[in-house]
Amino acid sequence: MTKRDRPLSPHLQIYKMPFTAVLSISHRITGVVMAVGTLVLAYWLISAAYGPDAYATAQAVLGSVPGRLLLFGWSVALFYHLCNGIRHMFWDAGMGFEIRDAVKSGYITVGAALALTILAWAIGV
Amino acid sequence: MGSDVKLRSALGRARGLGSAREGVGHFYAQRATAIGMIPLSLWFVISVIGLTHADYATLLDWVGQPLNATLLSLTVLTAMYHAQLGVEVVIADYVHGETLKFTLLTASTMAAFLLGAAMVVSILKVAVGV
Ligand code: HEM
Ligand code: HEM
Repeated sequence: MTKRDRPLSPHLQIYKMPFTAVLSISHRITGVVMAVGTLVLAYWLISAAYGPDAYATAQAVLGSVPGRLLLFGWSVALFYHLCNGIRHMFWDAGMGFEIRDAVKSGYITVGAALALTILAWAIGV
Repeated sequence: MGSDVKLRSALGRARGLGSAREGVGHFYAQRATAIGMIPLSLWFVISVIGLTHADYATLLDWVGQPLNATLLSLTVLTAMYHAQLGVEVVIADYVHGETLKFTLLTASTMAAFLLGAAMVVSILKVAVGV
């Protein structure tokens, strides 16, 4: 075969994704996860509207171990997407395009999301 | 950026056309809702933490305050709008068959409206007392 100089898109199974690519797809995944997660929020609000009994059931479901894990996942997704969304909008404003800057802002994003998650659950419990 | 920066030609704007049939409108709305979601989501998280273990009466009191009911509705509606815009992009990227794409786009839009309406009605019902 003749060697072609055109760039190839990454073969996902054999390609080690760079840090910045992992962050990029994570923004999409957390966005979709939260979009589906609004069902939980709707369940909670609708239960409240149906009265004390329905609300007590919802509290029990969400306060159970699987329920808490779900809320924890939801909070991680929100904080990551929030921080990375702000990072996105710096790019929209034309800032931070150098690879070195993108890696640095990526570390800041992950650090801030972790800190917010820990803070929220430390206060909450 | 100055407010005189235009990303669409006059003709494109008049026709509402662009590569995505609607030019920068979608992009702009995604950003505008994202900016709105920054304060709203922080307010929401702080409120939910405050309501942990809240009994029903406490919840009624809290949602009964007009400011809380207003901000909660705004959070829910902004999130649904933003999420719907985002999900549209994801569907457009991954789904190629026209029929399936149309079906999924329609279903996700309807789901967003349904959830948004259900949540706001619930908030109002709790706010005025069940
Ligand atoms: C960033 C998002 C969120 C954070 C940081 C958060 C935080 C917390 C924390 C710290 C607790 C206490 C867990 C425990 O009892 O050990 C909790 C419980 C709970 N949360 Fe959330 N939460 C979030 C989102 C939500 C959402 C979206 C809902 C509604 C759908 C919700 C409803 C509840 C309920 C019903 C409980 C159980 C209350 C109870 O045990 O009495 N939370 N949350
Ligand atoms: C909390 C504040 C939030 C900020 C700052 C934010 C920011 C953003 C930004 C800037 C984008 C565009 C990214 C791009 O062009 O690739 C985006 C996409 C998206 N957001 Fe958010 N968002 C927030 C909350 C939410 C919430 C609560 C949801 C769901 C309920 C959500 C769901 C989505 C989805 C599904 C996408 C599309 C992802 C993609 O195209 O890859 N976002 N967000």
